[in-house]
Amino acid sequence: MKKRGNRRLIISLAVVALIYVAGFIVEQTCGSKSMAVTVLQKGAVYALIAVSMNLLNGFTGLFSLGQAGFMLIGAYSYAILTIPMAKRAAVYQYYDGGIVQFTIGMIPALLVAGIVAALFAALIGMPVLRLKGDYLAIATLGFAEIIRAFIQWDAIGPLTNGSNLLKTYPTLKTAMPGNTVLFTFIVVGICIGLILLLINSTYGRAFKAIRDDEIAAEAMGINLFHHKQMAFVISCFFAGIGGALLAMYQGTLQANGFKSAMTYEILLIVVIGGLGSVSGSIIASFLFIACSEWWLRFLDTETMIGDFKVPLLAPGFRMVAFSVVIMVVVLFFRKGIMGDRELWDLGSRRKAKGGSDIK
Amino acid sequence: MFDTLLPYLLAGISVGGQYALIAVGYTLVYGILRLINFAHGDIFTAAGFFMVYLAAALPPALAVPLVIILTVILGFTVERVAYKPLRTAPRMSIMISAIGVSYLLQNLMWYLTGGLARQYPVLPGLGDSIQIGSASTKVVTLVTPVVTVILVVALVLLIKRTKIGMAMRAVSVDFETAQLMGIKINNVISVTFIIGSAMAAIGSMLYFTNYTAVTPTIGAMPGLKAFVAAVFGGIGSIPGAMIGALIIGICENLIKAAGLTMFSDAFTFALLIVVLLVRPTGLFGEKTREKV
Amino acid sequence: MSESKNNDNNVLRLTDITMQFGGVVAINNLSLEVNTGEIVALIGPNGAGKTTAFNCITGVYEPTNGAVYFHGKPIAVNHPQGKMVKQYSGINADKYKDQKAVVYTPDKITHMGIARTFQNIRLFKSQTAFENVLIGTHLRRTSNFLTASFRLNAKEEKAMREKARNLLEIVGLADVGDELATSLPYGKQRRLEIARALATDPTLLLLDEPAAGMNPQETDELGEFIVGIKNKFDLTVFMIEHHMNLVMDISDRIYVLDFGKQIAEGTPDEIQKNPVVIAAYLGVDEE
Repeated sequence: MKKRGNRRLIISLAVVALIYVAGFIVEQTCGSKSMAVTVLQKGAVYALIAVSMNLLNGFTGLFSLGQAGFMLIGAYSYAILTIPMAKRAAVYQYYDGGIVQFTIGMIPALLVAGIVAALFAALIGMPVLRLKGDYLAIATLGFAEIIRAFIQWDAIGPLTNGSNLLKTYPTLKTAMPGNTVLFTFIVVGICIGLILLLINSTYGRAFKAIRDDEIAAEAMGINLFHHKQMAFVISCFFAGIGGALLAMYQGTLQANGFKSAMTYEILLIVVIGGLGSVSGSIIASFLFIACSEWWLRFLDTETMIGDFKVPLLAPGFRMVAFSVVIMVVVLFFRKGIMGDRELWDLGSRRKAKGGSDIK
Repeated sequence: MFDTLLPYLLAGISVGGQYALIAVGYTLVYGILRLINFAHGDIFTAAGFFMVYLAAALPPALAVPLVIILTVILGFTVERVAYKPLRTAPRMSIMISAIGVSYLLQNLMWYLTGGLARQYPVLPGLGDSIQIGSASTKVVTLVTPVVTVILVVALVLLIKRTKIGMAMRAVSVDFETAQLMGIKINNVISVTFIIGSAMAAIGSMLYFTNYTAVTPTIGAMPGLKAFVAAVFGGIGSIPGAMIGALIIGICENLIKAAGLTMFSDAFTFALLIVVLLVRPTGLFGEKTREKV
Repeated sequence: MSESKNNDNNVLRLTDITMQFGGVVAINNLSLEVNTGEIVALIGPNGAGKTTAFNCITGVYEPTNGAVYFHGKPIAVNHPQGKMVKQYSGINADKYKDQKAVVYTPDKITHMGIARTFQNIRLFKSQTAFENVLIGTHLRRTSNFLTASFRLNAKEEKAMREKARNLLEIVGLADVGDELATSLPYGKQRRLEIARALATDPTLLLLDEPAAGMNPQETDELGEFIVGIKNKFDLTVFMIEHHMNLVMDISDRIYVLDFGKQIAEGTPDEIQKNPVVIAAYLGVDEE
């Protein structure tokens, strides 16, 4: 039993290493500006964010829609702390160069991004985690909106630059020229690895127990609030790092980009991948980004085949086709790509049971 | 003091009334399906676009009823296609489906309209300016509260006095038992969506007369606010939704008066969170207890 | 029945427990005792308030009035407050006014050593039988989320798994450990729930209709099983049950509840002969 587990671990690690090498090669051969590289970068960032959301929605059964808000906090923390001193006067031109007059390294800033998001999550979690189901969803959604409004508030402009753009912080392109994919993969890989370790520990089992039946979990001596708070804070920690990575990917940052539509998008990724499946979220993220950014692009351009104009193709059709596919998954393939199983568990025990329709 | 606040108060009452008409759709649907119909705000937007296109071709007397009919058809279709197949699924699935529909409708509207803001047509009578005291405003500001109250009263009577209203109340108390008693729940749910969509259509006519640009995502925020209003008033309660919406509309505009426009949206959500924590059942909601 | 008397044998003591939901009185001034090593049954017609009593003991409900003591320590004390002051329709409302109100959440009470099963089986449905029991060991952990994530608790984790495996063996489910809990037949699910409860290291086990839905043979086996685990784990058992054969076979004492009120208490023999009980309960049964 244990030996088989070890072998599976070695195979998994080998596959991961292979993916890293492949990502590296793609970037070296296609160049940093190619569509493939864009998809790999953004897909990886979304994978982290989707997995962090899955930890909450899929594994702990807490229907939270606050992800965009915590990503925003992470992104701003990162950007504010890393904009070079020399550029501050230009970026914070309406606020006399801002009040933060120091910078820290990129990696520490990523960490701080997670920690600040986690701190906010701890504060917000105290009241809202007492709510159940859809009330929790709407309250977290509300908090995300409040955070967005607050960041753009003029009075804290010296810190956040109000509703103006943040820029010139180290981005993927400037900080890791030529190795953007490998860098993103490594950061995202470490984070997802940590989440996996947590999920497979006794705490992960407690989270799943809460998801399956709160009352029974409590009767098993599991402190509901304590565990929900833990899942919430950890999820937001990684959402914060994900937000910072997204800021690195985008190159510039503005609070208005982090609307609830972003949270919905991530939720749909999680659902397509399978609630309660880490590998599902990862696969779905890459698929989602590849389709929306690349593979379905042709749907947006008017095309002539000979004299025949292909009907429907026009700007915006891509997203329509895409949302129809999503609706089909939501309605008819409710378990998503992976259900609650993992890629590396395929072929082992639960497959024989035909899976359970849980959600 | 009062003179400076008057325009804001008027605007608040007016927008509150418009939120109320949207909130009715949320509160009815939630009362029966326990579903936050995230797509409701987009149905409201769709109604706006229907008017933009219909008014260009037809006289208002025809366009207005046609907009209501089209919106109702849209709401009905959404329910049949996206929610009905999930009747026995976990609640989370239906909510995700609602988010999916919202995403689809927004993308579809973007595709069909080219993503540009469209100018809402001026409806005769509603868009004219009038003078109240020291404040100048549009006629719609005064019409909205009247229309809202009339519709809400009519709806309350419908629910209290008619057979279909009784069926709706029965289904909202206990889905399964109502079904066993021979109530055709699918019909009841359809009626709920029809009423909700019609109200949203009327709400959109009033709302867009004030805020004249229609864009594919414009309904999201009023939609969420209307939902907050429904929660605030006690979900399932129609008068509650109206009062909640009026309070939100007025507060929002007073905050604008105080120069904190940035926080007018945030305030709504802060209010929501406070209500959920202090009195989760809202002003007029009823308490339920989970059986162990 | 004086409050100050602290019988060493008392594992569980309820005094004047009243649970009132609005105007509905689910339990009315229920007082009872369960002593160390006993198997005590709580019986009564449907809707008599038996499960509500369990919920008051395990912290799911906060009783309207009265006190619950576990090993002499109060785990729930309350008196009518707010709106209830006027609505309250039980007696002895003033008796607990001067005592400090005590409210524990269900998880705290499980920590103290009371474990329960549920009338309408509540297993973790996406988990295997083994994982279900394993979750029951979580509350005695010494690791935090960091040490657990980084596997610094390998020894503890191993002990947890060992314990879960042993428990499955004891309840006779070792061979189905890897199956989904909800795919098991009914009788096995009930046993699994008991194994899961045992994993929390209780001293008092509350069983809510453990034999519900079982045939006579299964019920007999269950009786032996309950006595067996009681002896093996030095437990005290308090159970709600409708199968009279089972109740009469294994209980040391029986409390009878009707319309929220205790109408009789005694040994199985006494209860069987008690005319009040026969009228309220067994009489109805024989119709």
